[in-house]
Amino acid sequence: MSQTVIVNGRPIATTSINLAALLEDQGYGAARVATALNGVFVPAQQRATTAINAGDTVEIVSARQGG
Amino acid sequence: MNVRDDRVETTPHLMLYGSAVTSRLLMGTAGYPSPAILSTAVAAAGVEVITVSLRRETAGDHRGARFFDFLNGLGVRLLPNTAGCRTAREAITTAQMARELFATDWIKLEVIGNDDTLQPDVFGLVEAADVLCRDGFKVFPYTTEDLSVAERLQRAGCSVIMPWGAPIGTGRGLMHRRALESLRGYFPDVVLVVDAGLGAPSHACEAMEIGFDAVLLNTAIAQAGDPAAMAAAFGEAVRAGRRAFDAGLMPPRDMAVPSTPVAGTPFFELDPKP
Repeated sequence: MSQTVIVNGRPIATTSINLAALLEDQGYGAARVATALNGVFVPAQQRATTAINAGDTVEIVSARQGG
Repeated sequence: MNVRDDRVETTPHLMLYGSAVTSRLLMGTAGYPSPAILSTAVAAAGVEVITVSLRRETAGDHRGARFFDFLNGLGVRLLPNTAGCRTAREAITTAQMARELFATDWIKLEVIGNDDTLQPDVFGLVEAADVLCRDGFKVFPYTTEDLSVAERLQRAGCSVIMPWGAPIGTGRGLMHRRALESLRGYFPDVVLVVDAGLGAPSHACEAMEIGFDAVLLNTAIAQAGDPAAMAAAFGEAVRAGRRAFDAGLMPPRDMAVPSTPVAGTPFFELDPKP
């Protein structure tokens, strides 16, 4: 069943039930990214066991220039 | 007699949490006209530590991957930041994501308290520093020149403290030099880095002359007409300032003192006529 979650500030509909599946579903594949769920860091090795629920907020970040 | 504080160590290397670094110029990577110019600037200044950040990644965009490839080619040490974070919680989560992403426990900790001045929220900063130090991070906190805050940061476990020279991106130089000198005198054993607000090589030189261990800047180099040449100029200024500090600057005086010997001055009257 589809549910709505917020990914990087945008609402999306997904059938994924955990964070690893969501990343795969959204096309991140093997991208070198870091993740947080509802403001809490989720290590890469815990994504497959981290459930996502309707209304959750997900941050997916990578490297950028910075000062 | 000179004004150098002998308690401040004058080792040739900058020690950052046990890692020896030769260059005392730390450089940001944002706002350059191109990656190639950034790369040239890093090489021109001989920089060994650069700051990087984390931002939202769009699927299929590969911007992060391209930047990682670029960073690998530079061969320098990375100092990730928590730029843009407004609460201790945001900064802690960002630091944790940075540790995984960049495979380093170094973190330039920024908790911003005001959008116009980008001044640190020192309460959130100390709170985040305390949590991160206990979690094994090597924290480089971007703070103000406030001595009490610096003391709290040191107590939290920071052995590097980075007060601002002026608000980020303003190029104003050392707006509170006396307070920075007080910090230097009060913390002879803490690595002190002026972070942000420097606009000209002379500002960097001044920071080094008063005994700071290093400077960190971005905009003054990135936005220069010739960033590589400006990076080299900052590098030279930092080296000159440090060398002057090591050499021992003369103390300032209120009244003039002749540098040429007075004895033997022609026409000098030992007994002036009435």
